[in-house]
Amino acid sequence: MDFALTEEHQMVRKMVREFAEKEIAPYIKELDRKHQYSRDILTKMGQQGILGICIPVKYGGAGMDYISLAIACEELERVDTSARVVLSVHIGLNSLSLLQWGTEEQKQKYLVPQAMGQKIATYALTEPNAGSDAVGIQTTARKEGDHYVLNGEKMWISLADVADHFLIIAWTDMEKKKKRDHSGMSAFIVERSFPGVKTGTIHGKLGVRAGNTGSITLTDCMVPAENLLGQEGEGFKIAMSALDGGRYTVAAGAVGLIEACLEASVRYANERYAFGVPIGQHQLVQQMIAKMVARRDAGRWLVYYAGWLKNQGIRNTRETSLAKWINCDAAFDSAADAVQIHGAYGYCDEYDVERYLRNSKGAVIYEGSREIHQLIQAQYALGYRQDKPLRCELPAYDPVEWQSEG
Amino acid sequence: MNIIVCIKQVPDTTEVKINPETGTLIREGVPSIINPFDTYAIEEGLRLKEKFGGKVTVISMGPPQAMEALKEAVAMGADEAILLSDKAFAGSDTWATAYTLSQAIKKLGEFDLILCGKQAIDGDTGQVGPGIARQLGISQLTYVFKIRHLDPESRTIVVERLLEEGREVVETKLPALLTVVKDINQPRYPTFLGIRRATRMQIPVWGAADLPGADSSKFGLKGSPTQVVRVFNPPKREGKVEIIQADSVDEAASILADKLLAEKVI
Repeated sequence: MDFALTEEHQMVRKMVREFAEKEIAPYIKELDRKHQYSRDILTKMGQQGILGICIPVKYGGAGMDYISLAIACEELERVDTSARVVLSVHIGLNSLSLLQWGTEEQKQKYLVPQAMGQKIATYALTEPNAGSDAVGIQTTARKEGDHYVLNGEKMWISLADVADHFLIIAWTDMEKKKKRDHSGMSAFIVERSFPGVKTGTIHGKLGVRAGNTGSITLTDCMVPAENLLGQEGEGFKIAMSALDGGRYTVAAGAVGLIEACLEASVRYANERYAFGVPIGQHQLVQQMIAKMVARRDAGRWLVYYAGWLKNQGIRNTRETSLAKWINCDAAFDSAADAVQIHGAYGYCDEYDVERYLRNSKGAVIYEGSREIHQLIQAQYALGYRQDKPLRCELPAYDPVEWQSEG
Repeated sequence: MNIIVCIKQVPDTTEVKINPETGTLIREGVPSIINPFDTYAIEEGLRLKEKFGGKVTVISMGPPQAMEALKEAVAMGADEAILLSDKAFAGSDTWATAYTLSQAIKKLGEFDLILCGKQAIDGDTGQVGPGIARQLGISQLTYVFKIRHLDPESRTIVVERLLEEGREVVETKLPALLTVVKDINQPRYPTFLGIRRATRMQIPVWGAADLPGADSSKFGLKGSPTQVVRVFNPPKREGKVEIIQADSVDEAASILADKLLAEKVI
């Protein structure tokens, strides 16, 4: 066993932390207050190579491993959830899916500019009337000659107004759609510039107000046949394997949010006096701090273990789901405790902890609600669920191959 | 352009704590960073390399852990790095530090420019840069705010210095030593490629034995003219608060003005 982060990982953490503290932290409170999305931060993340952190160099990425992706997510969400969400949709859900399922042509055309941060990508499975019930989606893709014609509406899509590329899940087999047989679903790479694509912004979110979330309306959207990702009928498998990437980034980010809660709480508990002593001297405050430490450390190892499995090329659906469920609950609980420690000040946006609390709730709902993850864990334990090999697996991390130019 | 950048690893400023009993800095467990002013020197070196070609060598004297600072500089884009680390160098003041660094620079051979931060945030002396220039017998341009002109052919450099009273434009011949202020540029972050290069690079460590031409009596504590007698916090200022009672604001202001005049504050 080896629990050590490499020197490379430590330098990645230091760099992303410095980046987040200088480029995001000074602006985030105002952006969040104004419900304002900052393209500038995204551009800088791209220039810094963060948007292609764990993509092979030959596909325009930085050639780091999956653990580095987790570290970047931690450090970004330690400052603000909206920055981590970018990595979840752009890398976790979209770019890693292209790396796993894409043809060489698709990788060259879409993955390369995404990894270089020149194009922004997101993923669209959820619809107004289908969230946890993914087979309940209504979007259809009808084959017409050398095109597919897509119709439907996607909702709660991060970066909907910003992304250039969308990974859209739709039904290609209408008979199977009626029978709710998910082998009738397919996945498509859709460009914003394709005719029939329209996006809209969702306002009034509880949290992640500095992030962009919206809807995508597809009206007779013409998608070239070569933009089918994987084969016809593989859409559900692609959608689920994409979640193995997305959930991993969400779980890692949650650790960063817990870290932020802990740092803020420790600082405040040492500053604030009650009954003649710093409040950190009071045992019930200590209990909340202790729980944050436990959640952070336990959560970190759940994520790094899932990341280690990814690096080895071992299927990690169960481990990633476990990390996502446990860590997102833990982040919400930690943020609630952080507000509690801050008392009335924590209830106001003078301190950051109220933002942490608002930001932490979304992840308990999206990318598999906590209820779905509990079902998954129980189904594995009860023997109701087993991972079947996929036609394309996420490639294991090979430093030599990932860092070679050609 | 052959550029040498001298850097120092210092405790992270926001985290410094002083031991109230001994009055010394608590360094154990305190995160270290590259002296912030030195990051501007690294950046300026990298920009000059990008403009004129050549290479950037970073050099630091310090304990073995100063390797981290050098690796970070390599991760930012420096080509080579050297760590000067030896028990014989311990306890060096600014004179001995400048001497040791200049000996190492001599060993490196030909160079065009040496860049340093204007001062280190822990010692705050600002003496090592000028000391190196003096030891090497080259021009020193301190508090450089902007390099206006640099011509590797005619070997001249024109810089703007940021002084308290204004800016000063000076010209000199290369090789020269510059100490830079933070307004000169915006340092870049390490890159992923740079991080990989840095973690794989074998950075040479030079000790006293690696500087055979040097006078070893000038190294370390014994070579340091400065002797630190005591480190202490300045005594806390005892203030008295007085509320001026008067019937009107004008009257209160008048009493205040009289008191300030009496105290020779105004």
